[in-house]
Amino acid sequence: MCGIVGIYLKTKKFEKSLGKFLSEMLNNMSSRGPDSAGFAIYNDEKNNKYKYSLCLNNQDFNAFKKQIKKIIKDAKIVKISDHVILKTKEKPSKLLDIMGKNFNEISIVGYGKSIEIFKQVGNPKDVVERFNLKKLSGSHGIGHTRMATESAITTDGSHPYSTGEDECLVHNGSLSNHNNLRRDLVKKGNLFKSENDTEVAAGYISRNLLNKKSLKETLTDGLNDLDGFYTFITGTKNGFAIVRDEIACKPAVVAETKDYVAIASEFQAMAHLPKVNSAKIFEPEPGVVYSWGN
Amino acid sequence: MKLDLKKLKLREINNKLQNIDKKINKRDFEIINPEGNHAVCAGLKDEMSVMIKGHVGYYCGGMNQNASITIDGNVGTGVGENMMSGKIHVKGNASQSAGATAHGGLLVIEGDASSRCGISMKGIDIIVKGSVGHMSAFMAQSGTLIVCGNAGEALGDSLYETEIYVKGSVKSLGADCVEKKMEKKHIDHLTKLLKKANIKNLKANSFKRYGSARKLYNFNIDNVSNY
Repeated sequence: MCGIVGIYLKTKKFEKSLGKFLSEMLNNMSSRGPDSAGFAIYNDEKNNKYKYSLCLNNQDFNAFKKQIKKIIKDAKIVKISDHVILKTKEKPSKLLDIMGKNFNEISIVGYGKSIEIFKQVGNPKDVVERFNLKKLSGSHGIGHTRMATESAITTDGSHPYSTGEDECLVHNGSLSNHNNLRRDLVKKGNLFKSENDTEVAAGYISRNLLNKKSLKETLTDGLNDLDGFYTFITGTKNGFAIVRDEIACKPAVVAETKDYVAIASEFQAMAHLPKVNSAKIFEPEPGVVYSWGN
Repeated sequence: MKLDLKKLKLREINNKLQNIDKKINKRDFEIINPEGNHAVCAGLKDEMSVMIKGHVGYYCGGMNQNASITIDGNVGTGVGENMMSGKIHVKGNASQSAGATAHGGLLVIEGDASSRCGISMKGIDIIVKGSVGHMSAFMAQSGTLIVCGNAGEALGDSLYETEIYVKGSVKSLGADCVEKKMEKKHIDHLTKLLKKANIKNLKANSFKRYGSARKLYNFNIDNVSNY
């Protein structure tokens, strides 16, 4: 099953409420995915710093903080539950190298100038509470509640998956050609952390974006290259997009008002959003890419 | 009587509607704040009229018998699935599998219905004023599917004896579904159903009729590639 949600703000009116909206959307989708939950929230602080979302994986926070500050002088570190947001001017290529060499046990769940990612095993209602999502603000956000099917219930197996700067992907469904595709992508230089099918799709999208394809082109190509059942929501720095496979067994509904675009697996996830009953509500057509803000 | 889904639990409301006092003739109900809940008005058995003000989730009015249910909003997957009799009127759009496996009654959808509308229908009459998505009337056995807009890919795939009428275009026909001649009895039948759905601006003879070629009913080695 799994539940996916996303909200993109077209105006600044609800920026402070973004976390609250997204947490209620995730709460309402617990029934579709009680095993784990995660979300990406985009908040461009316009200070030219990178934000690295790290998961401590039971490593000692204070020891990490002490050590990383010795290596990266301008590091600003905030701990939220078992995640850490590290802000610095250091570029990803350098930072990823430092993390790999010195803190192999700590995983990088995402990075970019705008994105922050949090994900954890447990009921979505508890997960959003632990990360205090309702207090976060931003321009757009994406979330996922997981009912684990093809790989284990772990943080690594939780969505969203981020395989590129300010990119992320959530998925409802399952892919059938992910092993072949993973082998192809590994040959091209992609690195994967889990056995999960969605991570492969995320890697595929990042690889195409890296080759200067637009998000819309990338997802349209994906309709041929990704075999299986899926509704994807993929986020980038400036917006998000949704696509469903051509069979369209996996649900999705979109509600659009003058202030926001919301996407969810079921309407009940967005029933609490302001003026949703008068929103333009539609079901994305199979095999058609819809995008906003990109 | 007004029933508020913000104040009452879904099960309380459904229970009440499933077990109404048969001696009482006050049988008009209004459900407010449905907020996308699933299975609203599922399993109603008696004659009554229910107005749902807002959007609902999956299987609204499922298994309905005798009741007349109006949804002033959109419906999720499987509206009226397995309906036996009565009427369901959706004022907005319907998601996939509307009227799935339903044996009887009338389902009217003012907007569009998405994929697999009328899948495995067994006697219900479905009238969609907008368009329907792919694989509509898949394995449909009996009853009528009327589409005033267009139909998506593979309409009527593996069709049995459901009659399909489409006003607009059909993207493609499914296996064993063919266009058939509109005879007087079909025009009469369609006219009656259009009237039931209060559709006055469309003439029955402007529709095209589709039905089963009856070639896939029994196993035939010549058709093996179609199975």
